[in-house]
Amino acid sequence: MAVEERHTMHPVRKRRLAIILALFAGFAVAVSLAMVALQENMNLFYSPAEIETGKAPVQQRIRAGGLVAEGSLERDPDSLKVRFVITDNQGRVPVEYKGILPDLFREGQGVVALGELNQDGMLRADQVLAKHDEDYMPPEVKKALEKSGRLKEGGDYPNEGIDHGNGDSGT
Amino acid sequence: MWQWFHKLGSPKWFFGIAGRLMPWLGWSALIVLTVGVVWGLLFAPADYQQGDSYRIIFIHVPSAYLGQSLYVAMAVAGVVGLVWRMKMADTFIASATAVGAAMTFLALLTGAVWGKPTWGTWWVWDARLTSMLLLLFLYLGVMALRGAMEDPDVRARASAILVIVGVVNIPIIKYSVEWWNTLHQPATIKVTEAPSMPASMWVPLLICLLGFHLLVAWLILWRMRNDILLRERRARWVRDWVLAQ
Repeated sequence: MAVEERHTMHPVRKRRLAIILALFAGFAVAVSLAMVALQENMNLFYSPAEIETGKAPVQQRIRAGGLVAEGSLERDPDSLKVRFVITDNQGRVPVEYKGILPDLFREGQGVVALGELNQDGMLRADQVLAKHDEDYMPPEVKKALEKSGRLKEGGDYPNEGIDHGNGDSGT
Repeated sequence: MWQWFHKLGSPKWFFGIAGRLMPWLGWSALIVLTVGVVWGLLFAPADYQQGDSYRIIFIHVPSAYLGQSLYVAMAVAGVVGLVWRMKMADTFIASATAVGAAMTFLALLTGAVWGKPTWGTWWVWDARLTSMLLLLFLYLGVMALRGAMEDPDVRARASAILVIVGVVNIPIIKYSVEWWNTLHQPATIKVTEAPSMPASMWVPLLICLLGFHLLVAWLILWRMRNDILLRERRARWVRDWVLAQ
């Protein structure tokens, strides 16, 4: 770049910059509008509250995401069949699944279940995925936190099943 | 005469500076990356929930971060190239594209390997993973576009426009985990808040991030020097430099 150009911008360059910025702004607005219009489709799963209020289509493959409700897990002793309830503290959706659950699956954990919702509002899942949150800590720290009562037993750490707003872990 | 000299002078100056910087960058990248990776993989504590499988974060996060930040840097270079018609801006885009694509691919690959044991799947079409895949396609698109064009000026302008337009994807990637519900968890390390992991984990992660930056800088300078040599192959200083080797 020539030295004399450091102080003022050449009008031609100013115009070029304005054109680029205007084109980009227009494109960005178009993309934002498209995304707002597609808002529903951008979500990976329906929350239990949405399913309870009938926002999710019945007898179609959908994903439901939430926390596995405490004390809701029932395992069939003779097969891989499991039943559990997923909740977001507003709605509850019972899920039936047959197969191997991911390692992180447990009560209080965020999960995403893929399957068909029947007329009674039960999800017959053929895939269950576990979510994990953005908090990492060594096992001893976790135990110490539980002992001191900062975390309740059974996973009351901020679990990002549905709401991403409250990620304070105190670490 | 003076202007002609000036145009030639800038790549020549850059070539020299880059050549002097490269050994420093290369060696420090090797040392910092070794320290970060060994610390992260062997000495950082395991996670209470994921055990040792979370350790892939020491590769996953730096590569994902650089995949995105390189794209932003390319967009800035694209604006500079279009407004000031600066050749070095196009040299940067030409050199950074493949490196950014490699980083994005590495992020997707390590993410898939991480997702299988923790989530239970290699891939899911959630907003974060899909927008990251789109970033890889944008990089590949820039490479394909450049490969398809003969005229260097047209090529520089076309790829700059594509890079600038594609930069809208970057905030989508960043905020995808907040705007929509996704399987991918939100960010652990943020500029505005304390990281939600102990220092025994984030310190090696930051060292890996620094090491990746050094490595990427070294790779890009290397590629930029090659690009300069190719572009300026008819210039006298290139002939002198080649003969001196």
